[in-house]
Amino acid sequence: MTSASPSPSSPSSPSSHSPSYEPFAGFDGTRDPGGRPPEPSADLRTWLRDLLLGARFAAGGGREGWLRTALTAVGVALGVAMLLLAAAVPAMMDARDQRRVARDTLSMGEQIKPGPDTFLLDSADTTYHGDDISGVLLQPEGRAAQPPPGLAAMPRPGQMVVSPALKKLLASSPLLRERIPYEITGTIGKAGLIGPADLYYYAGSDKLVAYDATREHGNADRARGFGAHSNSDVRGPVFNLLLVTVLVVLLLPVAVFIATAVRLGGERRDRRLAALRLVGADIRMTRRIAAGEALFGALLGLLLGAVFFLVARQFAAGITIRDISAFPSDLMPDTALTVLIAVSVPMAAVAVTMISLRRTVIEPLGVFRQGLGRRRRVWWRLLIPVAGLALLAPMFGAVKGDASINQYQIAAGTVLLLIGVTALLPWLVETVVGRLSGGPVAWQLATRRLQLNSNASARMVSGVTVAVAGAIALQMLFSAVDQDFVFDTGADPARAQVMVSTDGTTVGQTAHDLRLISATKGVRESSGYLRSQATRPDASTLTGDDRTFPYLPVIVGDCTGLRELAAIGAGCKPGSTFLVQPPADDGNDESPKYLKAGHRIDLNAGYSEKYTGAPRLWTIPAGTPTVATRVDPTGSRQWGVFATPEAIDSSRLFDPGSQIMIGLDPHLPDAVEYVRNTAAGFGVNTYVMNISSTQTKASYTQLRRGLFAGATLTMVLIGASLLVTMLEQLRDRRKLLAVLVAFGTRRSALAWSVLWQTTIPVVLGLVLACAGGIGLGAVLIAMVGRAFQMDWGSVALMSAVGAGVVLAVTLLSLPPLWRLMRPDGLHTE
Amino acid sequence: MTAAPEPLLVATDLHKVYGHTPALDGAELTVRAGEVVAVMGPSGSGKSTLLHCLAGIVTPDSGEVRYRGRQLSAMSDGERSALRRTDFGFVFQFGQLVPELTCLENVAMPMRLGGRKRKEAEAQAATWLERLEVADIADQRPGEVSGGQGQRVAVARALVGEPRVVFADEPTGALDSLNGERVMRLLTEAAHDTGAAVVLVTHEPRVAAYSDREIVVRDGKSRDMERVS
Amino acid sequence: MSIGHTLLGLLESGPRHGYDLKRAFDERFGHDRPLAYGQVYSTMARLLKNGLVEVDGIEPGGGPERKRYAITDAGVTDVESWLAQPEKPEPYLQTTLYTKVVLAILTGRPAADLLDTQRAEHLRLMRELTRRKSGGDLADQLICDHALFHLEADLRWLELTAARLDQLAAEVTR
Ligand SMILES: Nc1ncnc2c1ncn2[C@@H]1O[C@H](COP(=O)(O)OP(=O)(O)OP(=O)(O)O)[C@@H](O)[C@H]1O
Ligand SMILES: [Mg+2]
Repeated sequence: MTSASPSPSSPSSPSSHSPSYEPFAGFDGTRDPGGRPPEPSADLRTWLRDLLLGARFAAGGGREGWLRTALTAVGVALGVAMLLLAAAVPAMMDARDQRRVARDTLSMGEQIKPGPDTFLLDSADTTYHGDDISGVLLQPEGRAAQPPPGLAAMPRPGQMVVSPALKKLLASSPLLRERIPYEITGTIGKAGLIGPADLYYYAGSDKLVAYDATREHGNADRARGFGAHSNSDVRGPVFNLLLVTVLVVLLLPVAVFIATAVRLGGERRDRRLAALRLVGADIRMTRRIAAGEALFGALLGLLLGAVFFLVARQFAAGITIRDISAFPSDLMPDTALTVLIAVSVPMAAVAVTMISLRRTVIEPLGVFRQGLGRRRRVWWRLLIPVAGLALLAPMFGAVKGDASINQYQIAAGTVLLLIGVTALLPWLVETVVGRLSGGPVAWQLATRRLQLNSNASARMVSGVTVAVAGAIALQMLFSAVDQDFVFDTGADPARAQVMVSTDGTTVGQTAHDLRLISATKGVRESSGYLRSQATRPDASTLTGDDRTFPYLPVIVGDCTGLRELAAIGAGCKPGSTFLVQPPADDGNDESPKYLKAGHRIDLNAGYSEKYTGAPRLWTIPAGTPTVATRVDPTGSRQWGVFATPEAIDSSRLFDPGSQIMIGLDPHLPDAVEYVRNTAAGFGVNTYVMNISSTQTKASYTQLRRGLFAGATLTMVLIGASLLVTMLEQLRDRRKLLAVLVAFGTRRSALAWSVLWQTTIPVVLGLVLACAGGIGLGAVLIAMVGRAFQMDWGSVALMSAVGAGVVLAVTLLSLPPLWRLMRPDGLHTE
Repeated sequence: MTAAPEPLLVATDLHKVYGHTPALDGAELTVRAGEVVAVMGPSGSGKSTLLHCLAGIVTPDSGEVRYRGRQLSAMSDGERSALRRTDFGFVFQFGQLVPELTCLENVAMPMRLGGRKRKEAEAQAATWLERLEVADIADQRPGEVSGGQGQRVAVARALVGEPRVVFADEPTGALDSLNGERVMRLLTEAAHDTGAAVVLVTHEPRVAAYSDREIVVRDGKSRDMERVS
Repeated sequence: MSIGHTLLGLLESGPRHGYDLKRAFDERFGHDRPLAYGQVYSTMARLLKNGLVEVDGIEPGGGPERKRYAITDAGVTDVESWLAQPEKPEPYLQTTLYTKVVLAILTGRPAADLLDTQRAEHLRLMRELTRRKSGGDLADQLICDHALFHLEADLRWLELTAARLDQLAAEVTR
């Protein structure tokens, strides 16, 4: 072929739909002779063709290629599933909240008259092995009483309807069954459950009596239906700071992880693109093909992620992460967020690919990294965390009280600080690794490999780094603001561990209860008292709006019981009485006026503002000594009139309630369960409380649980991603490994080199993570205006978790490594 | 083959320095349509660099390469890419095939990049594989075929677009003499049939014997062996 | 190989006695086969007759006559064209080629050109054989291949020598 006219089969034939690729446009005079030909602007079809070609590379390529694409897709899918889960959390919380409110039995203030649709209810909550079980006793007063959500009918007396989780628990726990002995006639429907792990029951009763107007008599509330108005509690800026940080810390590693996943197989891809450049792909085509490849993996990952999510959702019912469980149907990702994920993940994949291609120039002869030979510069990497700091610095000390905070600013600052950690990582790895040398073969192989391409390794651990740094920072913040949310109850669990309180009881009943309790398995010691109240003797005669009924507690108990409450020495015998004045800092200056020996008090002290009934006057015996109070085992200070049962006719007391303090046998873990079982027989108005030295605000507990749940998931995810990356790296070097084995390199040496190769960047990453985490933690603490305090325990814990994940991953990658090292790996292109 | 009066590819006074290593130092080369030019010379003398300059893959520091009267270095990357797609073909020692694609797809690739339909491109690729006696491995991947088979696939790919110039850098470097000569015979015959010129870098005199003309490169300087005697 | 051309070439650096010529020849080229003096004498006589050398002077004294020979312009031209003329490619050429290279170095001529010329000649023959091979039957092919492999060996030797010319020149002109 010597003529200039191309043969008909030549791709440059005029029939081609993309004349812009005509290379002879300039040679045969058809082009404007002045300037350069316009850069070929690809039309839609060319775009499509190149993208499809890229997809073809991703999809084709035999087992090897498929594996790589599958790894990418699985990586992206894990991230997407995580994001979808995060997107479903608000709706899930909402749905749970709605159902929680719908079955709520509280906030029924007004008095209701009995009617055909009313019923009586009382809560019968209990705890079993640390799990809270909610029970509601129901007693319909008419036929039209509406059953609670999830129930078809009101349970009959002695029967109950239970949640599926409770049913299972009851079946496996005879001890609990003893406590909740009602006949199970059905299960609560979904509408009546917050989540599948919900432990709940509705039992029918015929022992309920509605409270009367004075609430002196009765044991149950009357209601017409279930449900309350939702009242979301205001949480305050510190809480919001925590919330924002938790979200950022949990989701950022996911983003880093997705970015890592789409860069899998980058070296191979570069080589492949170089081969395409040789046969005439221009730079734009190359980019489009790479984009198509990334897009394919990302789209596949997106689909797979959706599948993962749907599958995981089915299993969600069986999984309780740190006390939170959810119904599959509750996990409905927010539509807008889902669309955002579906669009942004593929776009991010393409963007990441383009950015990674920007640093490399793919030429027909191979791949040149522009940065090759030029050391990474540290200054712009430092700029990122500095910018984050600049965003956060104005808020130092500002996050407190009711101040409204700019959550976006906090999120951006935190993200920048954490991203800064990942940006610094490649520089750190390169700088440190560049100085390593010598050592045994395995070490040498590892360090040389890292020196040649520290990028991939740095990328591999960046997810761990971000996660650990974030977790350390959060832990520090949490422990700094703990006092805000955790209250010291002052209780002394050494004296008693359980308190059983019963409303509306009598001295005889209490004595009986006490006997039963002390006979219960696992109870070491017990003491109890009866509590009631009195008021001024002239209460019944008072009129006018300014009348007040001073509160005068009356406590009746035997000497053992009273000694727990006041500094009563040996002078106590049946018939004794004592006076204890309210603490001075109480500001209570009225009660002491009446707490005097020889004074009379009115035992008919109602709960309402109106005096009802006839006065029951009682005289504090003359000569009653005043003694000092003593902190009781629950941490509170009791005061008032202390009397032994012989000193007062307890039937005259107003609505007396008993409190029994119990010390348990520490060697019998189930002791508390036996006590609960015993107490369950005391009547509907008996409550069992664990005495603990601290108490935590509920929403804070929720957040902390959420953090732990999320951190657990993130760590698992990062472990999976590490494994994927590791396998991919091994796969990439299959030939080299085979050659080394052929040389006679010992496999153990290679295994060690793989371990070193991950360990070195991981150690560096963890060092950076600790530094970054402590830094971010310090910033966050500064924002809430607390003094900086180091939480070395959490630093160590988080580092250990990160290192553990890496170690586990390395171990998991050893079997494939062994297989890859077979000499048949030599025969690969 | 007699040289056409009009030279296809003319390189004059090429200089190229890598770092401090002079790779080309005044090399020259003229390729006329349809001729096979062997480029020989010691290792490191700059043969590959010269070839890459001729193909527009590497831009020389000074000197110029004209393809059909047009200076390569004045073209944009897109134009040079298009040129590689339509007018040039390449056969290297190894590694130029895309490992992910089957042999057939590899051969069809230049045409596909040029915008041809897949069916069409693969049909034509198949005839080329047949011509190079490797039709039986069409559906295998480069990793699964022998070196000689792979080279023939590479030759098919280089020639499938009926280029005007085929650049071959030690195409038989990894083959035994029998296979090497077979590849050379197929390459030169096919090139002859399509009228393609071949620039052939080789160390082996017997491979060079398939050429019409010889250039020797020493220390970055070229010597046209036709002019020595 | 041509002893006449070699002796002529040796004379280029200056007039010599016949005996000197023999010694110089033996030293450089006669590693295993020293030249017989008679052969020098007869060769010089032929060269004298052809006008390529002339007698520069006769040294008086006993014994055989001691003529000093000098190269003529015609002789120089003759050496020149001999060196420039590629040898017909055939096996076991290296003695001749070596002699030519050394003489070229000794006489300050471009030895590389000499090698390149020879190389071109070799390749030309190889091309021809290759062409013949592709048209011929198996017997032809095998015969051609035999020749080709020998030629290839020579060509490689040429390449090697070309790469070591500087080293050789340093040794020869030491
Ligand atoms: N990309 C590169 N970077 C640095 N130096 C290079 C590069 N390519 C070639 N060189 C140098 O340029 C010189 C010529 O290299 P070239 O590859 O052209 O030699 P060659 O004649 O093809 O050798 P061989 O026969 O061994 O393939 C060598 O010294 C080589 O080191
Ligand atoms: Mg080379």
